Amino acid sequence: MSAAPAPKAADGSAAYIGRFKVWRGDADGGELKDFEVEVNEGEVVLDIIHRLQATQAHDLAVRWNCKAGKCGSCSAEINGQPRLMCMTRMSVFAPDETVTVTPMRAFPVVRDLVTDVSFNYTKAREIPSFVPPPGVGLGEYRMRQEDVGRSQEFRKCIECFLCQNTCHVVRDHEENKAAFAGPRFLMRIAELDMHPLDAAEEAGLDRKSAAQDEHGLGYCNITKCCTEVCPENIKITDNALIPLKERAVDRKYDPLVWLGNRIRRR
Amino acid sequence: MTRVERHTYDVVVVGAGGAGLRAAIEAREQGLRTAVICKSLFGKAHTVMAEGGIAASMGNANPHDNWQVHFRDTMRGGKFLNHWRMAELHAKEAPDRVWELETWGALFDRTKDGRISQRNFGGHEYARLAHVGDRTGLELIRTLQQKIVSLQQEDHARCGDYEDRLRVFQECTVTRVLKDEETFRAEGGRGGRVAGVFGYVRESGRFFVIEAPAVVLATGGIGKSFKVTSNSWEYTGDGHALALLAGAPLINMEFVQFHPTGMVWPPSVKGILVTESVRGDGGVLRNSDGKRFMFDYIPDVFKEKYAQSEEEADGWYADPENHRRPPELLPRDEVARAINSEVKAGRGSPHGGVFLDVSTRLPAEEIKRRLPSMHHQFKELADVDITAEPMEVGPTCHYVMGGVDVDPDSAAATGVPGLFAAGEVAGGMHGSNRLGGNSLSDLLVFGRRAGLHAAEYAAELDDDRPRVSAEQVDTAAAEALRPFSVEGGEPGAPGVPAENPYALHQELQQTMNDLVGIIRRAGEMSEALHRLGSLRERSRSAGVEGHRQFNPGWHLAIDLRNMLLVSECVARAALERTESRGGHTRDDYPEMDRRWRKTNLVCELADRSGELAAVDPSAGQIRLSRRDMPPIRGDLLALFEKDELLKYLTDEELGT
Repeated sequence: MSAAPAPKAADGSAAYIGRFKVWRGDADGGELKDFEVEVNEGEVVLDIIHRLQATQAHDLAVRWNCKAGKCGSCSAEINGQPRLMCMTRMSVFAPDETVTVTPMRAFPVVRDLVTDVSFNYTKAREIPSFVPPPGVGLGEYRMRQEDVGRSQEFRKCIECFLCQNTCHVVRDHEENKAAFAGPRFLMRIAELDMHPLDAAEEAGLDRKSAAQDEHGLGYCNITKCCTEVCPENIKITDNALIPLKERAVDRKYDPLVWLGNRIRRR
Repeated sequence: MTRVERHTYDVVVVGAGGAGLRAAIEAREQGLRTAVICKSLFGKAHTVMAEGGIAASMGNANPHDNWQVHFRDTMRGGKFLNHWRMAELHAKEAPDRVWELETWGALFDRTKDGRISQRNFGGHEYARLAHVGDRTGLELIRTLQQKIVSLQQEDHARCGDYEDRLRVFQECTVTRVLKDEETFRAEGGRGGRVAGVFGYVRESGRFFVIEAPAVVLATGGIGKSFKVTSNSWEYTGDGHALALLAGAPLINMEFVQFHPTGMVWPPSVKGILVTESVRGDGGVLRNSDGKRFMFDYIPDVFKEKYAQSEEEADGWYADPENHRRPPELLPRDEVARAINSEVKAGRGSPHGGVFLDVSTRLPAEEIKRRLPSMHHQFKELADVDITAEPMEVGPTCHYVMGGVDVDPDSAAATGVPGLFAAGEVAGGMHGSNRLGGNSLSDLLVFGRRAGLHAAEYAAELDDDRPRVSAEQVDTAAAEALRPFSVEGGEPGAPGVPAENPYALHQELQQTMNDLVGIIRRAGEMSEALHRLGSLRERSRSAGVEGHRQFNPGWHLAIDLRNMLLVSECVARAALERTESRGGHTRDDYPEMDRRWRKTNLVCELADRSGELAAVDPSAGQIRLSRRDMPPIRGDLLALFEKDELLKYLTDEELGT
C-alpha cells in the first residue's frame, strides 16, 4: 500500500497526511495515541506537535523555545531515538511511515512529552564552580585561543539532557542516579579542569579526583552513547570524559602526587 | 479566599534571561533574599538566541574605541530618540560588565595577544562585539546561570540550604503584580506600592503568591504578536502588560525592530534569525540580478560614513582607517527597509527574500569556524550549505525598542514604587532602533542597576513592608481561571463552542504582521485597531479543555490578554507618530521630522482601576499622550559635529 496522493498545502508546497503515535499521560500512566495530521514540505517534528496542539489536542504538553536547536528544550524520543524535535526533519521519514513520539525515558513523566528533569539541576549544583584566579582584575584576563578552545567545545552544550537520558548508567538503573553526575556534568568538570585560569587547585580542590571519587566518573565505560545523541556534535566521550579519566588515573598513581597528598594531610 | 502557595522574599525578579539573572545576582550580592521566576526551565531564556555578540568599547580590536564613540553610535542608531542618560550609562559600564563575566567563568573568543576578541557589526564604528563564535547569547546565559549556582553553593556551604537566599522558580508564569493593601485602596485601585506577584506553576497549574516589596520586570519582548518573528513562545509581552496593569506607563511602543535577515524558507522556519555577524564578517546582500543593492539605500544622514563602491567597501575589512564601511553594515532598520523594497520591486529570491552570500567571501573552513551555528542551522533545516551557496533571507520581527518608562539610573518604573524594569521590557535606551550587540550589553548594565536599586529600595523599607490583600488574590485567581468556564461565543446562544485560543492567536499575529508591520499606513493601522477590539471581545470567550496540569492551551488563553494589550499600544502609537524614524516606517509620512525627535508617546491603561472590563471595542484599553524628552546634556551634544546634529535636532534645540 502506498500513501494517499499528496494534496497541496495552502502555500502550494507538497503536503501529505502523516500518521503519528504520541504518548499521552502523566505520572500515573498513559498510552500512545494515534493521530493523522497534515505534514508540509520542510517541516520538523515540532511543527507537527504544534499543529496537533492547535487543531486536535489543545492541551498536549510539550516544552519548546527557540525552534532552532539553540535552547535544548524540546528533547524527546522519536521512533525510540533521543532527539530534539525542532531539529528532526519530517523528510527523514517516508510519508507512509508512522512516527512515534515519546517523552525522554530516563526522567519521570510530568505530562505527555514533558518530563521532570530536576535530576540535572540537582547534579549541576554539586559540581564546584569556576574559581577565579586571585589578584587578576577586571580586563586583565589573558588566555590564548588554543587554550580556551577545548573548554569552549564543552560550553557549546545547550543542556538538552539527551546525553543524560541516553546514558545507560542511569537510563536503566535508577539506583545509580545518586552517585553519578552523568555525561553533561562530568563534561562540566572537564571544562573547568581545562579552563586556563581556573584556580581550583590553588584553592585546595582537585577536580580530577573529585570527578572520580564524588561524581561517578568510574561508572562511565565509554560506550559513547552520549556523543552519538549530542545535537551539538560535542565529542563528549573522546574530548571530555576519556581525558578526564586519564588525568584522574594519572593523579591516583603519580608517586609525586601521592607523596604531596601525604605531606599535605599532615 | 483562594488557596495559594505563599512565599516571602525581599526582591522578586520576573524573567530569567540576561537582565533577570544579572538583576538577581546583584540583589543577592547585596545580601537580600531574592527569587527569580521564569516561564521556561532555568537556562532556556530567549537570551540564548542572541548570536553575534556583546557591544562594549574595550578597545581590544581598535585602540581608538571608547565610551564616547559607543555612545555616539548608539544615539545615531536610535536616530537620537534614545534617552541620552541611558545611552551614556550603557556605553560607560558595558566593558566592566563584560569583563566581570570572565571572572565568573565565561570564555570569549580571544585576540592574538590573549584579550577578548571583538567583531564588526552594523552601526558600530569600530569592531566592538565580544563574542563566542555565533553563540554569544548561550555563553552569556550559561555564565549567569552558573554564577547563580555558585552563589547557591556559597549559601549551602554556610547554612546547608542552596536556596536560602536565592531561589529560581522555574516554569512559573506571573499574571499580576500585586499592590500594597492600604495604598491600593486609598488611591482608588491604582497607584500604591508594589507588594508582590501572583502567578501559577505551569507544571501543576497551582497558584502562588510571592510577597515582596520590590519587583524587577525582566520579561523580554513582544514578538509573539507578529506572524513572522525570531521570538519564542515566551515573548508575549508579559512584563509590558504587567506594568500597564500595575499603573506604570510604556513609551516608544511604535518602535519595533524587524531584523533584516531571518530565514524565509522552508515555511516552518520562516523568521528564524540569521545573525548579523554574517555581514559583519564579510557577507553581502544581493538581489535576483546579482546586484549588491545596499549601495542604493544609504540615507542622507549616513552618506559620509558608508562606502559608495564595492571596491571601497571590500577594502574596509582589512584597512578600516582608509576605507568607509560597507552599506550592508548600516543599522538594522535601514537594511530591513531596503530588503523589503527590493522584494516589492520584483527583484527578490525564489522564496520572497534576497540573497545573503558569505560563500564567495570567505574560505569554507573560516565560515565554519566563525559561523558554526548558521552553518548547522541552514544545513539541518533548509538543506543549504552556506559555505557553497547563498542563503535566502528577509525581515523578521525581532525586538521591541519600546517598554516600561524607567528612571535611567535606577531602572525604577515611573509612578509605581517598588517596580523596576530592565532589558528589552524597559524603554528608552535604544530610541527608535537598537544596534546589534547593544542588547546583551543593555541586559547586563541595566539588569545590574535594577537589581541594585531594587535591593536598596527593599532594604530601606525595614519593617514598613507592604501587605497583599486577599481581595486582589481572589480577583487574580478568578481572572486566571476564566478560560475553564467561558460560556460560549455569542451571548445567549448556549452550545456555541468557546473560541479556540490558538486560532485567536493566529489571527492576532496575522493582523499585526499585515497591518502594523515593517511599512505602515494610517488606514491599515485604524483597521488593525478595529480588529484588535474585536479580538479582545472574542478572547473573553477563549476556552480550554483538560485540566490545569501543564496545559498549553490554558497558558496561551491567559497570555492573549498581554499580547492584545501590547499590540494595541504598538498600533495606537504607530498611528499617532506621523513621521518615519528607526523601527517605525510610515508609507504616508516617509520622512524623518525633527519636530518629532524630542517627543515620546506614552501609553497608559485607560481604565485606571487596573480592571479589564469588557469595554467598547472602538475605545480600546490604552490612552495615549505625548511627552517631551529631557534635553541632551551639553557635554554629550559636544561629542557630535554640529552639521550632524542639524539633521536630527531642531534649530531651537541647538540654540541657533
